[in-house]
Amino acid sequence: MTSSMAPASPARLRRPALPSWLQLSWSWRITWLYLALVLFLPLGAMALKAAAVGPVQFWQLATTAEALATYRISFGLALVAALVNGVFGVVIAWALVRCSFFGRRLLDSLIDLPFALPTAVAGLALASIYSSNGWLGAPLYALFGLKVSFTWLGVGIAMMFISLPFVVRSVEPVLEALEREQEEAAWCLGASPRQTLLKVVLPQLMPAILAGVAQGYSRAVGEYGSVVMISSNVPFRDLITPTLIIQKLEEYDFSSATVIGMVMLMFSLVSLLVINGLQVWGRHWEGNPA
Amino acid sequence: MRSLLRFLRRGKIRPSASVLIPLIAGLYVAVIILLPALEVVSGAFAKGLQPFLDNFESEELHSAVRMTLMMTAIAVPANTIFGLSAATAIARRQFPGKAFLLSVIDLPFSISPVVVGLMLVLLYSPTNGLLGGIVTSLGWKIIFSWPGMTLATIIVTFPFMAREVIPLLEEEGWDQEEAARTLGASSWQVFWKVTLPSVRWAVLYGLILTTARALGEFGAVAVVSGNIAGQTQTLPLFVEDAYKQYDTELAYGAALVLGGVGLVSLLLKLLVEQVIRGNKETEPMN
Repeated sequence: MTSSMAPASPARLRRPALPSWLQLSWSWRITWLYLALVLFLPLGAMALKAAAVGPVQFWQLATTAEALATYRISFGLALVAALVNGVFGVVIAWALVRCSFFGRRLLDSLIDLPFALPTAVAGLALASIYSSNGWLGAPLYALFGLKVSFTWLGVGIAMMFISLPFVVRSVEPVLEALEREQEEAAWCLGASPRQTLLKVVLPQLMPAILAGVAQGYSRAVGEYGSVVMISSNVPFRDLITPTLIIQKLEEYDFSSATVIGMVMLMFSLVSLLVINGLQVWGRHWEGNPA
Repeated sequence: MRSLLRFLRRGKIRPSASVLIPLIAGLYVAVIILLPALEVVSGAFAKGLQPFLDNFESEELHSAVRMTLMMTAIAVPANTIFGLSAATAIARRQFPGKAFLLSVIDLPFSISPVVVGLMLVLLYSPTNGLLGGIVTSLGWKIIFSWPGMTLATIIVTFPFMAREVIPLLEEEGWDQEEAARTLGASSWQVFWKVTLPSVRWAVLYGLILTTARALGEFGAVAVVSGNIAGQTQTLPLFVEDAYKQYDTELAYGAALVLGGVGLVSLLLKLLVEQVIRGNKETEPMN
């Protein structure tokens, strides 16, 4: 009996193992080949081109007055937009999770619209509604003398539009998982609603808020389609860095385009690290609620 | 006395907050998202239905639509194959560098689309590209032509599928596949009959996201295309071009078509989300 089993069992053991190995190696092969063609090759080309510029010239091209002015708009204004969304995003998430009101589901689906709407459409819509004869632009101009479209204000609005969903969608699940008992306990112990909010609720939401703000910021910095249509694209006024790259390419100034593109790429890599770090921190919070 | 005060304050603050918070949320979303979206609809029909319909006679619009559809038809299947391969390779395995690899796959989401386009120009441009010489000697045209634009679309959209399928596969585990294998199924059979059906909703979800983004991609394609009307113009590029040329009617018409596609994708997405949620609720009963 044992002798009849002996030759069969290694075959039986190997059979399920071998196809699984073959299958995995195929999926790995496709994965690596695809990543190489689609991601590593273009990234490598850009890194090589940037390295060929040389450090001194790189620094010069990266810090021309024109480039610095666009960084102020792209990195500075995007930060303001992301922070504004940090505040309103929490309010919206709170409304969606904790309040019941007419139109809650509509609000919920509207939040996804900036993800779903092609950026060219968003740009067209924002540029015309905030133009001096648009639905919102006209009253703003009449009441406050504010011009929004074709100024840096409009660029800021477009950045707010594009980065809003990130905070809401990042905070929502954490808020949902939050135990109401903690807030009730804080209340019973005599905490005011403000103390409860500041000392019990917000600290637990903080990693999610920051992760959402960082994601929105990263998106707003890189955004092109919706911003380019509401911006006047005048250097030193409301020109964003991505548009400057395109202008440099149109002038056949490849080194400037490469260097400025590299600055943006490095920003993306750093922000990716920060976002991942914040998400790990958030998971840590979820694991051990305070 | 104190508790009475607190009771009163609570009574005062809570209802006002429960009105105020949705109100602020609603106002902000209305000003930033809802009104601009409605503006496109009203702008498209500003002069009535007939001028809106006349827009679709434009030969350039037809060519832009064809271009967009063709690029999407290449990018979506390619990214689906990649996404499923990456998911089956990565999801249920623990290896050093897994988190890093997942971040690498997510990279296109954090890189500016314009930089994605720039990278392709620096790689394939006949004059300044790293592979420019090879491309020219082969007689290929990648930059300012559809292959480059399709590649740009692929780069910008490839993380969607992998990202949706990987977490689901991680959750599901190996049990069913192993059972199928011990019953003598080949790896292809296991993939088609066990793995794929178990993640079908995630795949559908990924398909919707990939398609929506591929149809609407602007920045990356703009850099690579050269924006030649009637030749390398996609629908989003057409919207911007028409707007810049003060052909507002045409811009709104094309924007409404694109926006409609976005809206449909949003509705489909919500529908699939509902099904996924429904499946999760019924699962423990099975």
